[in-house]
Amino acid sequence: MTDNATSAAPKTLQTLPGDDIRQIMWRFADRYDLQMIVQSTRAVARGPVARLVAEGGRNTHEWTEGKAELFKHYDEAGITGAILEPEQGGLFASPKNLLFGLIAYELSWVDAGAATASLASNLAFAPIHEKGTEEQKNHYLNAMNPEAGDRQMRGSFALTEPIPYVGVDTGTLGGKVRVAEWNDEGEPMLQVEKRGRFITNMDTASYVTAAVDSDDERIKGSCMIILEEGDEGLFDRGAPTLKLVHQLSSTRDPILNLKVPASRIIGGYTIKDGVIIPNFSHGEIIEAVFRRTRATVGVMTAAKLLSAIEPVIRYQRGRFRGGASTREGTSRYEMGLQQREDSLHRLIDIWATGEAAASFGFETVRLLDDYDVLEKEVDALLAEQGIRGGRGKMKALRAVTKDAIKLIGLRARTGESRDEARQAELEGNPLVRFLLLDAQSNVICPGSKLWNTGYGATMMREALSLMGGYGITEDCPGFLANKWMDAQLEATYEGPEAVQRRQLSLTMTNEVFLALFEQWTRDMRCVASQHPGTGACTLATAMKMWLWTLRHLKVARDANNTKLYNTPRQGVTFPLADALCWILASRQYILDVLELAEKGPENPVVAEGLEGTLNFLMDLGHVQSARAAGEVGRICAELVFGYNRHPAWDDDARGCYGEAEVEGLEGVMPGLEAMADGKAEVLHPDSAKPCKAGPCVHFDGYEAFTQFRTKMDGCLTGSRLAKDRAAHALTQVMIPEALDYPM
Amino acid sequence: MSNGYHIVVCAGIVPDPLQTLEPVQTPQGWGLKNEMMLPAVLDPWASHALYEAANLAKNAPGSKVTLVSVAPKAKLQQVMMTLAQKVPFELVAADAPAGGFTDANDVAAVLAEAIQAIPDLDMANLLLFGGWESASRGAGATMQILGEMLGITEQFQGVDEITVTAEGKLQILERIEGGRHQVSECAGAPVVLGWATGNLPEPKNNPQVGMQNMRTVMPSLQKARPAALSGEDLNYAGIEVPKATRETRIEKNMSADEIAQEIVAWIKG
Ligand SMILES: Cc1cc2nc3c(=O)[nH]c(=O)nc-3n(C[C@H](O)[C@H](O)[C@H](O)COP(=O)(O)OP(=O)(O)OC[C@H]3O[C@@H](n4cnc5c(N)ncnc54)[C@H](O)[C@@H]3O)c2cc1C
Repeated sequence: MTDNATSAAPKTLQTLPGDDIRQIMWRFADRYDLQMIVQSTRAVARGPVARLVAEGGRNTHEWTEGKAELFKHYDEAGITGAILEPEQGGLFASPKNLLFGLIAYELSWVDAGAATASLASNLAFAPIHEKGTEEQKNHYLNAMNPEAGDRQMRGSFALTEPIPYVGVDTGTLGGKVRVAEWNDEGEPMLQVEKRGRFITNMDTASYVTAAVDSDDERIKGSCMIILEEGDEGLFDRGAPTLKLVHQLSSTRDPILNLKVPASRIIGGYTIKDGVIIPNFSHGEIIEAVFRRTRATVGVMTAAKLLSAIEPVIRYQRGRFRGGASTREGTSRYEMGLQQREDSLHRLIDIWATGEAAASFGFETVRLLDDYDVLEKEVDALLAEQGIRGGRGKMKALRAVTKDAIKLIGLRARTGESRDEARQAELEGNPLVRFLLLDAQSNVICPGSKLWNTGYGATMMREALSLMGGYGITEDCPGFLANKWMDAQLEATYEGPEAVQRRQLSLTMTNEVFLALFEQWTRDMRCVASQHPGTGACTLATAMKMWLWTLRHLKVARDANNTKLYNTPRQGVTFPLADALCWILASRQYILDVLELAEKGPENPVVAEGLEGTLNFLMDLGHVQSARAAGEVGRICAELVFGYNRHPAWDDDARGCYGEAEVEGLEGVMPGLEAMADGKAEVLHPDSAKPCKAGPCVHFDGYEAFTQFRTKMDGCLTGSRLAKDRAAHALTQVMIPEALDYPM
Repeated sequence: MSNGYHIVVCAGIVPDPLQTLEPVQTPQGWGLKNEMMLPAVLDPWASHALYEAANLAKNAPGSKVTLVSVAPKAKLQQVMMTLAQKVPFELVAADAPAGGFTDANDVAAVLAEAIQAIPDLDMANLLLFGGWESASRGAGATMQILGEMLGITEQFQGVDEITVTAEGKLQILERIEGGRHQVSECAGAPVVLGWATGNLPEPKNNPQVGMQNMRTVMPSLQKARPAALSGEDLNYAGIEVPKATRETRIEKNMSADEIAQEIVAWIKG
């Protein structure tokens, strides 16, 4: 196996990828509305937000004029108004997941707290958007319109409660709702008591969407309910959270005890036998809300990783300039730290992670846009058939499982094997298409939140370490230290990593998802045959290994004969979820690069230099796939073997050879002696036990797995050459003279 | 002014000033290294002209602003994503190379043709705005040649302010030596105004304005025809960027006065 690319110098990256390239990769090249909001958000981020950070605006927990001022900028730039529908004078019609993703990306490029402050309004409204009545939607959208002037409302979302109540586990609600007054003719009045913990935007909130449980036999179950500042009772914003991150957003522990009409129950209610039955439990609403809002958080960390590239390159290049001994024109002057391979390689790792995270995050928000549209269609269709509520929907969807799996196969067929009639028939059934989207989004939503923020935080640390001591100072260009710390919050709020892993461990075993996954694996091989440099083949092997491992763990038992793949067994399910995320992020990045390869030539701006850009981006893909494969291999091997008991010398000595025996056979089978360790045990005549833990493990029954492992090692071929090429590109690429936001 | 002015603003695009600009020979002649790949902005002097035009149009009822741009259209489209959010205008675009190496005469000819083709062009009320020079070339010739081509002889360069008097005359402030202005009065349109910085800040982005503008911006970008800038008569004997040293120092605790003093001390040596 050789790598031809080393012989001739291939074209490489000339400038940092610009908007034109990103628009193609993240699929909004034809959305001028989105391109415009990107620009107006960017101006706010790199202008007032960056100035506030540079002035030390983050150095206090308190809500300040400077922080409040940012809301005005969001209002003017159309960021606040992005939530409004055209009926309320808004510029964007739903779905808006990609829209919010792009806004979050631009703000987080400079400061994630600014993004949080802006997005928390959307989060506050999200329960109403997802499950609210039309009246509630209209009312609060109109109230949130910046044009409402002094009467403009802003919201907070209050789920989390003081310990020991809601945290990761959202079922144990301390917040309560009771009937306060209920006259025969009038609407019931409810008394709502909710203490929140870590509630974002509490300084500016004039309404709160709160999760509460019934404390009254005349109210059934739990619900989410809207509380307003002017309601009768206590609206105490509470103490500010002494947080170390995202300081441009406000966070407080509010104490709310208010009397509100029952019409504030989100999604409405019915009354049966004198009992108020909310149409949606808090759990149902939260599920719908987080599915969407978490995706945006994943995009935030991705933005920060990509934002680190330019400042790090500039720092590296200029590191030794100005010193008496470093003359202009010398390599030390021109390249600075970029003379050192490790500086380059580590930056490539950060860049590759950022790319994969951005691809994964934007894939998620785009998919959710499709999901939102299709879900409405499906709900309408089911309603026509008289099917309402979650359970009926699930049953209807389950009924088309086979069709959905069939459709995956049909879509993949090419040429004569295609069955257009059957495919069109299945595509024509919204339920079938929805089931596919549902299976996919159930995995990639928690997946991108988990991987982007969790691993992203780790890589953010790498980014600042490349800046040396400067990295952990306030003066560090690009605010990298802030971004690192902030990433930890992104990994925590809207459900910390454990929550995402828990969800993945359930959804990734769904048969429709697994059918998709198998198809994606085949697709990656096809990609590899056309674009061998992308790392797609490496990834395909890792995908096969992951699937084999999952299937194995589903039936295997540990040394104590206990089932392995089991919900409480988070030591098995969680790492496997992590491994899947590595795969999915890499996969989406490769697909985005292919999109650029396909569509780039159509745009003359992108076409210029495209070959070099693609070479570089594909090299990044190769680096990332190799890294992902490594992680998958490590995790799978630990899980497959880690739960078996290691053989001990006092177990029966089957498979042991005497040393003399092996030496004799070496003449017949050269290399046997070297291989004997691991395949079978060689006992030395003069000592009963070799100096190790016990006889080496037998691989009987694991042949497929060991073959994957060996194959995957081979698949790494060329990945380091790709890294070398990408690293070299870092020394050549043109960057601007200065950062376009203050420090 | 009963029917207001038709303010036509001529503006090209230039690379974002933060980028490194390095002249290189390309198959099409001189250009800047990686120019197509670098982010671009509307030529800064011409941007001022556009903001002033919008302001004037707002205060002179019945007026309208048309932006005429000769630039690579895919690049211009990116610039529009920001620019269209600034002020209301209609766009007329011609697809041609940007940059400081085109011949001002060729560019003026393309602009003249584009302007004359504007369907409802009102020559009698035409205010022809542009930058007094371009950030990419600085020759200050294009607007003057264009004015001549369109037969507009009233020309003012380095304009910082324009006021419409009660009688409908135009009072114009032009920059002259020593940081001073020359005040002129002119009977009215048609007139060429090459703007310096004007007095207005860059308007904030307003997506509402952007969406409104996009209704004409996108169709005119799609319609933009390639314009030939032959450059046949133009040869560059040598190209050099002015020698400039860029040193960045971060100062957080100095007042503006202290900074100014330090700069003065440095200049004096
Ligand atoms: C700055 C900030 C802003 C916030 N904004 C809001 C807001 O606007 N609205 C809102 O409602 N909330 C908000 N939150 C709360 C946030 O969502 C919670 O902090 C988060 O969900 C975790 O809850 P907890 O802190 O109680 O952690 P815990 O529930 O105590 O969890 C701690 C850790 O224990 C482990 N763990 C817990 N349960 C499990 C399990 N079942 N399986 C495995 N491991 C487990 C995990 O490692 C987990 O990370 C905010 C938080 C912060 C810090």
